[in-house]
Order: sequence, then structure tokens, then C-alpha cells
Amino acid sequence: MKSRKPSIPYIIWMLVFTMIPIIMIGFTAFTDKQGNFSLEPFTKAFNYSEVFLKSLWIALLSTAICLVLAYPLAYLIAGMKHSTQNTVIMLLMIPMWMNFLLRIYAWITLLQDNGPIDMALSLLGINATYIGNTGAVILGMVYEYLPFMVLPIYTVMSKIDPGLIEAAQDLGSNRFSVFRRVIAPLSVPGIISGITMVFVPSASTFLVSQYLGGTDDIMIGDVIDKIFWTDQNTGSAISLILMILIFVFLIIMNLFGDEEAIA
Amino acid sequence: MEQLSKKVIVSLKDIFVSFDGEVILNHINLDICEKEFVTILGPSGCGKTTTLRIIGGFVEPDSGDVIFDGTRINNTPPNKRNVNTVFQKYSLFPHLNVFDNVAFGLKLKKIPKDEIKKRVSKMLATVDLKGYEKRSVSKLSGGQQQRVAIARALVCDPDIILLDEPLGALDLKLRKSMQIELKEIQQKTQKTFIYVTHDQEEALTMSDRVVVMNNGVIEQIGTPEDIYNEPVNAFVADFIGEANILNGTMIDDCRIKVLGNELECVDKGFGKNTPVDVVIRPEDIEITSPENGQLVGTVVNSTFKGVHYEMSVMCGKCEILIHSTQTAEIGSLIGMRIIPFNIQIMNKLLPFYDNIIETKVSYGNKEENYFEFVLEGETVKVDGHFFETGTKVKITLPPDALSLAGNGIGDLKDLYIESVVYKGEQNEIILESDERKWLMLSDTDEQVATYVPLAFDFSKASFEVVENIKEG
Repeated sequence: MKSRKPSIPYIIWMLVFTMIPIIMIGFTAFTDKQGNFSLEPFTKAFNYSEVFLKSLWIALLSTAICLVLAYPLAYLIAGMKHSTQNTVIMLLMIPMWMNFLLRIYAWITLLQDNGPIDMALSLLGINATYIGNTGAVILGMVYEYLPFMVLPIYTVMSKIDPGLIEAAQDLGSNRFSVFRRVIAPLSVPGIISGITMVFVPSASTFLVSQYLGGTDDIMIGDVIDKIFWTDQNTGSAISLILMILIFVFLIIMNLFGDEEAIA
Repeated sequence: MEQLSKKVIVSLKDIFVSFDGEVILNHINLDICEKEFVTILGPSGCGKTTTLRIIGGFVEPDSGDVIFDGTRINNTPPNKRNVNTVFQKYSLFPHLNVFDNVAFGLKLKKIPKDEIKKRVSKMLATVDLKGYEKRSVSKLSGGQQQRVAIARALVCDPDIILLDEPLGALDLKLRKSMQIELKEIQQKTQKTFIYVTHDQEEALTMSDRVVVMNNGVIEQIGTPEDIYNEPVNAFVADFIGEANILNGTMIDDCRIKVLGNELECVDKGFGKNTPVDVVIRPEDIEITSPENGQLVGTVVNSTFKGVHYEMSVMCGKCEILIHSTQTAEIGSLIGMRIIPFNIQIMNKLLPFYDNIIETKVSYGNKEENYFEFVLEGETVKVDGHFFETGTKVKITLPPDALSLAGNGIGDLKDLYIESVVYKGEQNEIILESDERKWLMLSDTDEQVATYVPLAFDFSKASFEVVENIKEG
């Protein structure tokens, strides 16, 4: 049997920094300010159910848009020459080296009234507000998380054995049916991990909506951020609900993935 | 010829292929008939897989024609050819089960579901995989995956099945039984099979005809018996089965001098006193008493191989291999007899023996007694000899003056090892540089189709001035 000794530091880490905080969150969520058992935090948390729904909706939309944009891109990159592939992936990663907040500020500058986009479009006679609405929040999220969708899909696609594509051609597939019958089904694991990597952080994100969204675009991450200063119990309850929702989502995604792999 | 009565289904005409300036197929011609089991045999890197991929449509030749049933199909993509391939690594679709893998091609042809089901079941029965329909292909053994791959190709009812070393990944026992199975499937289905392998035994076992390839050219095409009994050159003789390949001299028609003895043979038309290669199969040598032998040698080794003994006999400096049901004591003197019919005479692989360089001295230094010349773009320095700059010289390098440069630098870089033939004493190695071929002798075996640097030993060379530098 393999020695388990090397895993001990990780187990300690998990205990101290993951398990104990989760237990503490769970404990706080079920108590009132005096530390007595109470369901009050949850009743308060349900006052935010609209924010919950909206957050999940925005996350879902952003994920869907990311997928639509990333999938063809990943397919294109995987079909390029090897050296070109590396360059393109590099270009994709470079914006991520910049601080997250800085990138959001950049979008504020771009989208604000009399900003470059507004100016350019008003020349064409289009006058609108581009910031302070749900659209801007989704734009910010898509921009933020697109690489997390491209990378896993690209990785899976570039690992598809070229022999399988030749085999499909050999058996009579044209380019379209090679894609539909071989590449698409084999890239499902990449799609699933891409969705997971985009949906989970976008559902719990904060700041993006504060900077780019309007007053009613506040997301559940922002609520947790605010409420923790005054009411840790309700904050914990909301966090716990969000965790459970994400957990359920992950289980559903994995089931879908397994099914695809067998079908 | 028997082949003429059959219909040619695919024919390659003057096919030339190169990748990155490297010649892969050098103007090959090949006709394949209907219902034939043809094996393309050769060492790795000889161009056999490329030949198969041209027929499959995965490689387009630089020049030449691929004719399928009378139509030129050079530009037809693989999906429009009525040809299916069994790939080396099987290339089964991991996301599909056995049934869907086999049904893949039929679904694309828009065949009704009931018929697909019927044909797939029938085909799975043919390859002995009944009841495996719902299994995941990743859960099958190598042999089973192999049979799925064969079923997947056969079920499409193509005119030709291409098989690219399909048994390479299987163990010996399974490979042997699959060889027989494949041959049976071919006879049952009456399809044309084009099979690629580097395993000569596989080729001899299964094929109606064998195509022996080396370094981008076809060396010989023939039935397994022809290829084994009448190899056209030392390369084929060495590649197919075990053989004693010796240097000989054709004294006259039906008279050959080999190992210092004159023997009778049946070959004619090589001219008088022509250097030739002589092939004697180990099982064709009869052991006699020393007095009755045409050749005499000392037994140095004898190993029992089950059906026969394998003996190594030193005949002078030359090692001879004998397969015989009799054996002799190690160290004893024996005689050997070979009937004339079993002595196979072949032209030498190269038209020359000594490597001759005709060149112009690019720089000569009298004080330090050396000169330099340019060979295929590289400057080569010759110590111990001096010629004036501009002198035309002829340098004769015997094969033993060439060696593989151990330090990796050498006088000439990146020579392609075309063939290695053991001549009982030393290996005769044929190397190809950009502009010509070289003959080298070596005690060590080398891997064909690899690239090596070459060093010259000019102390073994002879020099001759062809033309002195003209004054003025």
C-alpha cells in the first residue's frame, strides 16, 4: 500500500481552513446573536430570495454566453498549428495577469456616458446608456470568465486523437459529421468543467455588479459582503444556502456528464 | 501471368511523395487485383504506411496517379472512397459502445435502422463478438478491440480493406491466431485486403502476394514462395526469413565462386567474373563428412530449436548458419553440400564496392601536409596528403575506411541507413547522403531508417591526380 504520510499536511490544511470554517458557518447560521439555536437567520435570508434568483439567472446567462463564444474559439485554436496554438492561448491569458479590479475599472471608463463606446455609437446616431444595467454586469462577467471556459474545452479538444477523426472520415464522415459525431461528443467533459468553472464563481461574485450594474442589479455575493458587517448569522445562512445551491448544481452537471460519456 | 486474368481494382502509377524535402515514396508502381490479399512489407520508415494512406485518401501524392476501378481518385477525400481502414491503434470511438462503433459507417450511409441492426449483428458474429453489443470499447481486451475495428471496416461492405499493422499491439500467441482468423475472414468475405506489416512471418502466412519495400521503393513483388525462394537482392533475402548472404563472384553462367570454392549453380546471364551476392538458406545446407563436403568448416555453436538444430559454422573467417535435423559436436570439422538449385545469385545492391570521390582541392597546405575539399557543402580535411589548390583528384575509399562517427560530428552529417546486411563476417551497410550512396563495413548492427554521421579514415584511402592545376 502507498504511504499516506505525504498527505498529512494537506489533511491538516483541509481541516483547519476548510472543514472548521464550514462547520462554524453552519453553526452561526443556526443561532441568533446570543448564540442560542434559532431559525431566524434563514427566515431573514429568504427576504433576499429575489436577489438569489437574479444572481443565479445572471450567472446562468453569463455561463451560456461564455459557452457560445468559447466553444467555436476553442475548436479553432485546437485546429491550429502547434506553435500558433501556444501563442493564441498566451494572448488569451495575458489580460488575466492584470488585477481584477483594474479590469473592471477599465470597463467603467469604456462604458460610461461620454466614454469611447458612447461617443463612437452616438456618431452613428445611437444614444443609450451602457452602464448601470444588467447587460453591463453580464458583459463584465463574460469578459472576466471567458478564459475559464475556453481553456478546459481547448484542452479536451486538443487531446482528441487525430486517428479518431481519420477513422470517422474513413467511415464516410464529411467535416460536419466528423464534428457532430466525434468532436462534439468527445468535448463534453471540457464543456462540463468549463461550465462549472464559470458558473460557480459568477454565481457568488461581488463587486462586478456594484461597479457595472444598477441599483437593482445587486448580486448575492454583494449581499453577503454587506450583511456580514452587521449580521453574521444571516450572512452565514445566505452563504450556506448559496453553497447548497451550487453543490446541487454541480451534482446535476456531473450526472449529465456521466450520462454523455456512456451514451 | 495469373494476375492478368484478374481485374485490377486499384493501381498506383509513378507515385512520388515527399515531406519537408525528404523523399518518402520514390516513383512507385503497384497494381492490386480484386479479392487479393496483398501485404506491403518493409522496415519502419520504408514508406509502406504512406502507400496505404494514399489508397485510403489521407495522403495526396506530389505526383503520379491513383487509379481506382479505372477512375483517377487523387483528389477524392477518404469519405468518398469505397475503402475502409483498420487502423494501427484501432481508433475506436471511446464515446460509443461496440454496436455503435460498428454501426458508425452504416448510419452515415442512411441505411434503415432494422438493416443496420441486422448487418451489425451478423458482422459481430463473424468476428466472434456476439453479445458484446452494449459493452464499452474501453472495457475490451486488445484482441477484442482489434476485432471491433475489423468489423467496423468490413460492415461498410467496401471494395478494399486497408490494414495498417493491425496486430502490432497484440502478444505473439494472439497475433498468430488473429493471422489465421484474418485470412479466413478475407476468404469468407471475398474482399481485397491490403495489409501493411514489418513482420515477415505475418506477410508470408497470410498473403497471396507480398510487396517488399525499402527506402521509398518497391524491391520485389511476388508470391510468398517467390519472395522466399527467389529474392531479387540481398535486402529482400535478409529481410525475409534467415539467410546466409555471402559475397561471391560469378565466374561464368552456372559457375559461382564463393568462400574460395567454385560451386555449380543454375543462374545465368550475370556475365563473367561479376561480383554478386549469393544467398543460401540455412535449411538448404546438407551436413556431410569433411571429405565429401563442397565447403568445410568448424562447428562453433549448436542450439536445439525443437524441429531442428541451429548451427553456426566457421568457414574460414566467415560464419555460416545451418538449420538441420542432424547436429555435430562443437569444435568438430564438418563438410557442407548445397544442391545447385538452392544457390540463389543476385546482383549487388550497389554497382560499386569502393566509394569513389572525384573532387577539386579547395585548399592545400604544403608545410603542414594536408588538403581540404568540399563534399556536399561540408569542408573535409585530409591529413598526410598534399595537393595544390585546384587540383582535380580521385579519392578511393574502401568500405572499411568508412565508420559511424562516434563523437557525433563526423565528416558528413545525417546519412540515412538504407540497409544493413550481414555477410557472415561483417555487416555491409548502405548509407544514403544528399547526393549519393555509400558502402560501409561494420562489426556492429545498426538500425535501418535512422540518420547517422559518417567519418572517413583517409589513411586507408588511395589518391590519384586526375588533372593538375593549369598554370596562369
